[in-house]
Amino acid sequence: MIELIAGKYNYWIYITLMMIGFYAMIARGNLIKKIIGMNIFQTAIFLFYISVAKVKDGTAPILWDKAVIYDNPLPHVLILTAIVVSVSTTAVALALVIRIYKEYGTMEEDTILRMTENRERTGGNG
Amino acid sequence: MNIAEHLPVLVIVIPLMSAVIIPLAGRANSLYSWYITVAVTFSCFLISSSLLNTVMNTGRISYWLGGWEPPWGIEYVIDYLNGFVLVVVSFILFIVSLYARKSIEMEIDEDKTTTFYSIYLLFAAGLMGIINTGDIFNLYVFIEIASLAGYALIAAGRKREALMASYNYLILGTIAATFILLGIGYLYMATGTLNMADLREKLPALYDSKVVLTAFAFFTVGLSLKLALFPLHIWLPNAYAYSPSVVGAVMAATATKVGAYAMLRIMFTVFRVDFDPEAVPVTKILLVLSSIAIIAGSVLAIAQTTIKRMLAYSSVGQIGYIVLGAALVNQTAMTGSILHILNHALMKGTLFLATGAVVYKTGIDDISGLRGMGRKMPFSMAAFTIGGLSMIGVPLTVGFVSKWYIAVGALNAGMWYFVPVILLSSLLTTVYFWRIIESIYFPRKTKDRGQGAGGRGQNTERRTQSADINTPESEIYGEAPLGMLIPTLILAGLCIFFGVAAFLPVSVAEKTAAMLLGGM
Repeated sequence: MIELIAGKYNYWIYITLMMIGFYAMIARGNLIKKIIGMNIFQTAIFLFYISVAKVKDGTAPILWDKAVIYDNPLPHVLILTAIVVSVSTTAVALALVIRIYKEYGTMEEDTILRMTENRERTGGNG
Repeated sequence: MNIAEHLPVLVIVIPLMSAVIIPLAGRANSLYSWYITVAVTFSCFLISSSLLNTVMNTGRISYWLGGWEPPWGIEYVIDYLNGFVLVVVSFILFIVSLYARKSIEMEIDEDKTTTFYSIYLLFAAGLMGIINTGDIFNLYVFIEIASLAGYALIAAGRKREALMASYNYLILGTIAATFILLGIGYLYMATGTLNMADLREKLPALYDSKVVLTAFAFFTVGLSLKLALFPLHIWLPNAYAYSPSVVGAVMAATATKVGAYAMLRIMFTVFRVDFDPEAVPVTKILLVLSSIAIIAGSVLAIAQTTIKRMLAYSSVGQIGYIVLGAALVNQTAMTGSILHILNHALMKGTLFLATGAVVYKTGIDDISGLRGMGRKMPFSMAAFTIGGLSMIGVPLTVGFVSKWYIAVGALNAGMWYFVPVILLSSLLTTVYFWRIIESIYFPRKTKDRGQGAGGRGQNTERRTQSADINTPESEIYGEAPLGMLIPTLILAGLCIFFGVAAFLPVSVAEKTAAMLLGGM
């Protein structure tokens, strides 16, 4: 049991972070907090990739005399791409939130939903 | 250096580069950006057709990006499956871009039109990339390109509800894409490769590995979210209903189809047909979910009061058909499933474009707004009717062909209980389309005249009933401009054409199904 927890601590860290982010994305009502959750969620996956790339006693994957055993550089490169994707997603999300705030004057999902419902109701009767 | 060798990558590079050129050209004259969009999507369609032709004549095309040999380099692979999907998607993108000019003028602020076309092409590049690539990490990157462009397209309209729809889609879409990324990570951990063909070789030895099982689970959930399989469809109705008509049409006709393609790719190319772990009976789960999707989509569609929302829920049901055909895992059902990718793109494209024409003319997309439209917009409404009949699955339309194949496939698999599901859904589809077709052509004196559509609707209704078509009112509500009408009619015509000459797509779909179920 201790082996399972201590020996694979990197996975536990990524799973915990991922669940925190996932929870924030789903359970939080504030649109900005959802985005924060999304970032934590994505970062957890990055950490997972990076920790998978680690080789025991490995050095940085560079041309160097002492670099006999070195870490797998491919996941690092993949994650660079994924980080770019994550930054763009955050940018689009923030741009959307700014426009939502301008239109509704709030960033709380519940309030926005209530406003939409009210409008539909009055629109239907009038 | 022969340009023809590079066609598999050009179909992605051309829209990607043009997306950058368009804002510059749009500075001179915003009309230029539309010309470029049409030219680019048309050239993509030509390239796709030529690629499919090559595949039919000489077999699978493998393109090494930058000349790096796979599995180390990124490989683009064109075979029957993605050649077929590529032609369908590029054709729809072309037809919708033809249609877009008038509709966009109406529904999007003038200073945003140039950007709109730019993002439209980014979206096209993303979709083409998902279809062409033979590398799973590349697949993830293109899924994100297409999704990010999609979020922006949905939010492009003037309706403020569209912003929330786009935001919700962004959150769920990111969860989906991140799940896919995690699945890729697990596959890489287990095999050390990212190339699909290479994974196919290395995975069978590891089918019992829990890592591979987890990867498959993440792929299934992520892709189901992307293609809006019930119950993961909640982002879809609002996204389609509140976005501009053009976006609704293009998303309904291409985005979910490409999601379905990616699912077929992962299920049958990366993993093999015989991969059906006992711990997680994936095909059984998908069979149940898709049957629920087919019924629930139709039932929810009946409850809707606006046309676009109704079409969106009916999409949920139609996606169910595609997944059902694939999950039955036999030659006939798979043929039906692949046919349905084409057929649903044609039908939903027709319906959304015809609805867009009504929105252009009247600004209303309530179902009550269609009352008596059969006289005012005869051609658009004829297209809508053809689309509706196809959705029901009337013989001689495309909808019949694919439903027939899926139903026969279910019988062949010995699972007769899916046939009533298909029949029931067809009946429900008849319910929600017939009430519209009836009000288009046979507007009655309705009881709810006091409430409902409001002043304008009643007024037009009375005029129609007085049977005098040449009133000034009906001139205002005349037929949509030709630029919108012709693309709609082309799609509607194809709904009939491929319903009658069904052997054309069927011959390709049969080869595709044989390829997916057999070797490679």
